[in-house]
Amino acid sequence: MNEQPSESALPSQPAVTDLEVTKRHAEYWRRNIRYMWILLAIWFLVSYGFGIILTGPLNAINLPGTSFPLGFWFAQQGSIYVFVVLIFVYVKLMNRLDQEFDVSESEGI
Amino acid sequence: MTVQAWTFVLVAASFTLYIGIAVWSRATSTKDFYVAGTGVSPLANGMATAADWMSAASFISMAGLISFMGYDGSVYLMGWTGGYVLLALLLAPYLRKYGAFTVPDFVGDRYYSQTARIVAVVCAIFVSFTYVAGQMRGVGIVFGRFLEVDVNVGVIIGCFIVLFYAVLGGMKGITYTQVAQYCVLIFAYMVPAIFLSMMITGNPIPQLGLGGTDQGTGMALLERLNGLHQELGFAAYTSGTKSMLDVFFITAALMVGTAGLPHVIIRFYTVPRVRDARISVGWALVFIALLYTTAPAVAVFARTNLINSVADTPYTEMPEWFTNWEATGLLEFDDANGDGRVQFVGPDSPMTNELTVDRDIMVLANPEIANLPAWVVGLVAAGGLAAALSTAAGLLLVVSSAVSHDLLKRAFLPTITEKGELLTARISAAVAVVIAGYFGINPPGFVAQVVAFAFGLAASSFFPVIILGIFSKRTTREGAILGMISGVTLTAAYIVYFRLIHPELDNAANWWFGISPEGIGTVGMLVNFAVTLTVSRFTPPPPPHVQELVELIRIPKGASGPSEAH
Repeated sequence: MNEQPSESALPSQPAVTDLEVTKRHAEYWRRNIRYMWILLAIWFLVSYGFGIILTGPLNAINLPGTSFPLGFWFAQQGSIYVFVVLIFVYVKLMNRLDQEFDVSESEGI
Repeated sequence: MTVQAWTFVLVAASFTLYIGIAVWSRATSTKDFYVAGTGVSPLANGMATAADWMSAASFISMAGLISFMGYDGSVYLMGWTGGYVLLALLLAPYLRKYGAFTVPDFVGDRYYSQTARIVAVVCAIFVSFTYVAGQMRGVGIVFGRFLEVDVNVGVIIGCFIVLFYAVLGGMKGITYTQVAQYCVLIFAYMVPAIFLSMMITGNPIPQLGLGGTDQGTGMALLERLNGLHQELGFAAYTSGTKSMLDVFFITAALMVGTAGLPHVIIRFYTVPRVRDARISVGWALVFIALLYTTAPAVAVFARTNLINSVADTPYTEMPEWFTNWEATGLLEFDDANGDGRVQFVGPDSPMTNELTVDRDIMVLANPEIANLPAWVVGLVAAGGLAAALSTAAGLLLVVSSAVSHDLLKRAFLPTITEKGELLTARISAAVAVVIAGYFGINPPGFVAQVVAFAFGLAASSFFPVIILGIFSKRTTREGAILGMISGVTLTAAYIVYFRLIHPELDNAANWWFGISPEGIGTVGMLVNFAVTLTVSRFTPPPPPHVQELVELIRIPKGASGPSEAH
């Protein structure tokens, strides 16, 4: 007796959740892409911007407290430090996003 | 103990360690052999990636190159680290989710085409062999100078060591030996750097010493070096001579090339989960940055030291290291004006330069130039070998898996058994070692230059098609195949034309828009992107199962791809 309604409900149920899941996944992907562009903009700025294009003008000033010309410092030191920070920021943002959208992998796979 | 005794002891000890690890971590399945059973912790993988990545070029040649190039050397520093940001944000997590064994695996499946797979295999083998040639030459240099054995014997010894742990352990053996090799190489790099920094600037941290003051004169170190350069007729150290556009393009080619190198990409297949792949790239860059922020300091220390100890000094007063390195032919003095003094001067000086220094010896000779204890010299030899061997092993694995997995299992002989595939993988690794050894004995050019070309080829082949494969569902097989072929053909043709066919034309006046062959990979990559996108627009969209696959790899959750099924 109880089997009748549940059987008839089955075909439509996955369709609804599928649609919702697809929408959530699209939103997850959109947020991921936004983080990506912001971080890549910083990546471009410190290396190609400060380290290459603007290095001449920046060399006129020193990194405070040191005798590094600033453009030279960005090209040979600073950009590398920023790269490291960018990756760890991305890891943190994405781990939080995975939790929020419940798409992280289960432990122990 | 003498320098040579120390070198023998330290090199022998490190080799024993590698062999011990190889025996302990034998591969028993193809999954072990290709991706270390996907059980490597993110931290260990970060360390292994750093060793895999930092080759003889990074360890032996880079500081020397920067030392001679000054600001222009930044292309290597930014180029060889910035690529990891691209790897973390654009590639590693998605490729890990897909869960393949090799790069051609992904390309072949995503572009539903055996042709795409074969093109990718050819590119992978081509890139890896270009790169491995540089490593074996590095092994030869170290053996030749420090152990005073014939360079060829040195290369053969190196081959046997790699053969042993790559064939026996596959990716699993390589991973854990690379962890050990990272420790050896970073220790060997940092110890002389710290000694030098203390000596020259009084600051034990090289990264800070570089921006500190020169103990001898009380001037800012970089200012002092710029001053010396001006006196001797070299361009100012902190500004460089390359055109801005060329610096831009070379940096981009190296960054994108890094993110497209198969031996780097496959390291991120070895961790258990997508989130591990992300953080593992972060750890890899931390370990790499340690050496890469030290290298420019070493470059400045070495340059200052070299100028102080040889410039305008009588030949008879040259220190012992000078004559030692003269014997190897890597340092040459020709007393053009017959005054018995060493004139080491740049292009802007009225005098003729009389001293030629091979860039490769700057790091290797540093401990001797700075009068460091004998064990430090031995340590540097062991470190140089660790750097060369770890990278060579990673590259050989790419070649071996390209043959046994991509060509046999996935293309020509899908019925091959697990055991048969593992055996083929081992045999092809052995054959690849022999070919690499041949390149080591007959080396093309000097280490960092040869390696720089591998990046151009990787940048112009894999990077665009992998990125578009993940970020654009509409990218089709026709687009990817034509994109890869056009990118690689253009890049290879430009490099071959200027470096092999017409080396006399290889200068800024003849280059397209002043872009050197090192930077042409960026143009190749842009062409690849343009061709792939355009052709994709005019060809039928990928079949539904491929579009679903792309959806699947964008989300960490869910069963991962084919490596589970193997």
